[in-house]
Amino acid sequence: MAAPADELLGLYRQMLLIRRFEEAAAKAYSQGKIGGFLHLYIGQEASAVGALANLNAGDAIVGTYRDHGIALARGMSARACMAELYGKVTGCSKGLGGSMHFFDAERRMLGGDGIVGGHVAVAAGVAFASKYRDRREVTLCFLGEGSVSIGGFHEALSLAALWDLPLVVIVENNEYSMGTPLSRTLAVHDTSQKAHGYGMASDRFGTSDVLEVKRRVGEAVARARETSKPTLIEVQTYRYRGHSMSDPGKYRTADEVELRKKTDPIVKAEADLRALGVGDADIARIEAEVEAEVEDASRFAEESAEPGEELIEAFTYA
Amino acid sequence: MRELRYREALREAIAEEMDRDDRVFLMGEEVGYYQGAYKVTEGLLERFGARRVVDTPITEEGFAGVGVGAAMVGLRPIIEFMTWNFSAVAFDQIINHAAKIRQMSGGQFACPIVFRGPNGAARQTGAQHSQCWEAFYTHIPGLKVVAPATVADAKGLLKSAIRDDNPVLVLEDERLYGLKGEVPDGDHLVPIGLSAQVRDGDAVTIVTWGKMLHMVLPACEILAKEGVECAVIDLRSLRPLDLGPALASVEKTGRALVVQEAWPYGGVGAEVVDRIQRDAFGALKGPVLRVTGRDASMPYNKHLEDLTIPSVDTVVRGVRAVLAW
Repeated sequence: MAAPADELLGLYRQMLLIRRFEEAAAKAYSQGKIGGFLHLYIGQEASAVGALANLNAGDAIVGTYRDHGIALARGMSARACMAELYGKVTGCSKGLGGSMHFFDAERRMLGGDGIVGGHVAVAAGVAFASKYRDRREVTLCFLGEGSVSIGGFHEALSLAALWDLPLVVIVENNEYSMGTPLSRTLAVHDTSQKAHGYGMASDRFGTSDVLEVKRRVGEAVARARETSKPTLIEVQTYRYRGHSMSDPGKYRTADEVELRKKTDPIVKAEADLRALGVGDADIARIEAEVEAEVEDASRFAEESAEPGEELIEAFTYA
Repeated sequence: MRELRYREALREAIAEEMDRDDRVFLMGEEVGYYQGAYKVTEGLLERFGARRVVDTPITEEGFAGVGVGAAMVGLRPIIEFMTWNFSAVAFDQIINHAAKIRQMSGGQFACPIVFRGPNGAARQTGAQHSQCWEAFYTHIPGLKVVAPATVADAKGLLKSAIRDDNPVLVLEDERLYGLKGEVPDGDHLVPIGLSAQVRDGDAVTIVTWGKMLHMVLPACEILAKEGVECAVIDLRSLRPLDLGPALASVEKTGRALVVQEAWPYGGVGAEVVDRIQRDAFGALKGPVLRVTGRDASMPYNKHLEDLTIPSVDTVVRGVRAVLAW
């Protein structure tokens, strides 16, 4: 297999893992095995997978409550992620965080934040620390387009540009802030325009091609790493499922969703792989591997222990 | 021992900790080139440079969040609020991020950060600049809150706060910044979570903190001339709360009064009253009473401001009310 096929194959596998993971999570949620909120990443996979493909081990990620895809793309295990959804002690946050709060210190995954906007400032702080220590680390921060109106986002951008912080802020524009379309939350269509007022570089592109996402985010990551300059990126993406599992989806038509599935990043990646000479057997092998990995994660989550009562206060103070 | 002003003691604490630990940095509005709105940080920019003494624009949520993120990856930020009133726009960072990171991450991430600034009424600064914040912040598990009343404690508690692995909120006081007091030489640390008995007496146990200590002590002198000797407990740390010395004193006096500048509804004083009635019920000769600020937003007028926060006179009357039972 040629080198381009190898790279795309790896990204394809990650995207497929996220999709199958999320499908299994949705099923477990409907069976009452997962509680609280569950915000799925289905449709947006190329965003996290393409973006995170540029990161080194020392780089950091801060995300929102829609964090499963980011966590898996960062190499957190499907077992630790699924067990967290089940609220088990083997979960990535010991069952104390839940769907919205995936953390992994070793992989520098700093959440999973449920009060969006303020987390961009936290991400700026992580980037500040990298610069303070003179380390060439980059921080990636994800948020939805629905969070670009809140103050924390703007203060963070203002400071990141003022202080030349090695930060890449990625607005995942999936067109809906819960059930409200962008046209009803913002007077502009392009959220990357917000960068101009702060003197930041910006970029804007779609997520149908994971390699293109990787390349474009890679430019911003290089800018952060080489010149310690922040970038604001809007990726134009789409979620096929509701905002969360409780979303009836009455704000958009089924036709719209079906239309958007035609630019699905996983479908495109598979077609591109075939064009590069990857055959049915390779695709089938990856699908089988991914399905086995997700099944194993679900089984692991089912069989894992609940956290004990002693954990209620154990982490309140250091 | 040396005599310092309260603001100088805070400055020494910051400078000593910055000297011993490169992870410590200071960030806030006017902390550097302006030399500090209340001159607490005077000279620190010249001494430590702009990398570690960072002036910010007016972005409390932004720079509080930057502090939280930096703390999560191992730095030790000191975030100055020009007044705690401005922390209202950084509430999300303190409550939803700093206080909860450890729990939400299953103990993987700590948040060793200090938020500090003046709390309570200054002089005629009006309704938005005169609030006491201890009731808001002590309510939150995951935060520690200290309120130094003396110059020595200002230094010792701030140094302990900077070394603590948790978010610690230091409630200073604009009216105390000029206060002079003795400070022990050397590496003076006051542990967080220890109250201090600053006066002994057998009539009434008075529990207080912050600038109210300076209303309570003169009141005690007035009462002493009448033969009424009050014990005084300075809480120093409001969360964790150490009521050991207060309870031991109540066992002797059987009477207690809490004096707070803050509003009466809920709050630290109510917490103290609850604990005394639960843990020293058998010793009590009457109800535990409170002297508090009036239940209103602060008026600008000087006379009305004086009437709104507790004074030496209202403390004396409070002690008499406790003794009347």
